[in-house]
Amino acid sequence: MTFTRRDTLVMGAGAAALMALPLSASAATDEAVAAAIAAFTGGAATAAGGVDIGAPEIAENGNTVPIDVSADGAASILVLAAGNPNPGVATFHFGALAVPAAATRIRLAGTQDIIAVAKMADGSFREARRTVKVTIGGCGG
Amino acid sequence: MAAPKPRVKVPNSAKVGEVIEVKTLISHPMESGQRKDKSGAIIPRKIINKFVATYGGEEVFSVDVGPAVSANPYIQFSMKVPAAGDLHFAWTDDDGSVYEMTKSIAIA
Repeated sequence: MTFTRRDTLVMGAGAAALMALPLSASAATDEAVAAAIAAFTGGAATAAGGVDIGAPEIAENGNTVPIDVSADGAASILVLAAGNPNPGVATFHFGALAVPAAATRIRLAGTQDIIAVAKMADGSFREARRTVKVTIGGCGG
Repeated sequence: MAAPKPRVKVPNSAKVGEVIEVKTLISHPMESGQRKDKSGAIIPRKIINKFVATYGGEEVFSVDVGPAVSANPYIQFSMKVPAAGDLHFAWTDDDGSVYEMTKSIAIA
């Protein structure tokens, strides 16, 4: 069967549209998030609060969303994105000279919660979450 | 990809005990391993996976970096300056390459 130029163009456009979609549109499952937190805490429970997450309410571009996290007295902070294909984003470790706060820019596949879990100097864990609305997702390229 | 280029913004000097802000950037595509090329094959992951800052030889701040960190990773932190010294930064790529930069801080 020969394709007319019009057919080829339409097929090409369709294929291009498919390519533009995020690859695995499935968000991280609640289990994946729980597993990531458990891996960080060694299974210990987290208490709410004591961790601040700074993020825009609405992110125009999911490819680069500025966030910052801080927790007084934290030794390290784990950052997760509950709606990404994989929830892990980054883990910050603070030495004695550092202020327990950090900022970076991250990819968010769509509107979702950012979760920050802080390991405190006394070995306890604290947790906070924040919803970020994303207008254009940024995981599939 | 062009060789990753690190850039760091740090004050040249500080008073003893002053807290300074450190802003770092490195050019890097941070290929997440989620994208596919034209033939449908997954473009393999290739990211900066670790960032470490040391001062006077001691680790001050480090990050385990994942593929969800944006391309050209920007990382900012703050630290107290105990004395004059060298602030050393190292970024590690998945392929084992390490990119480094050092900034000296004098006491004002």
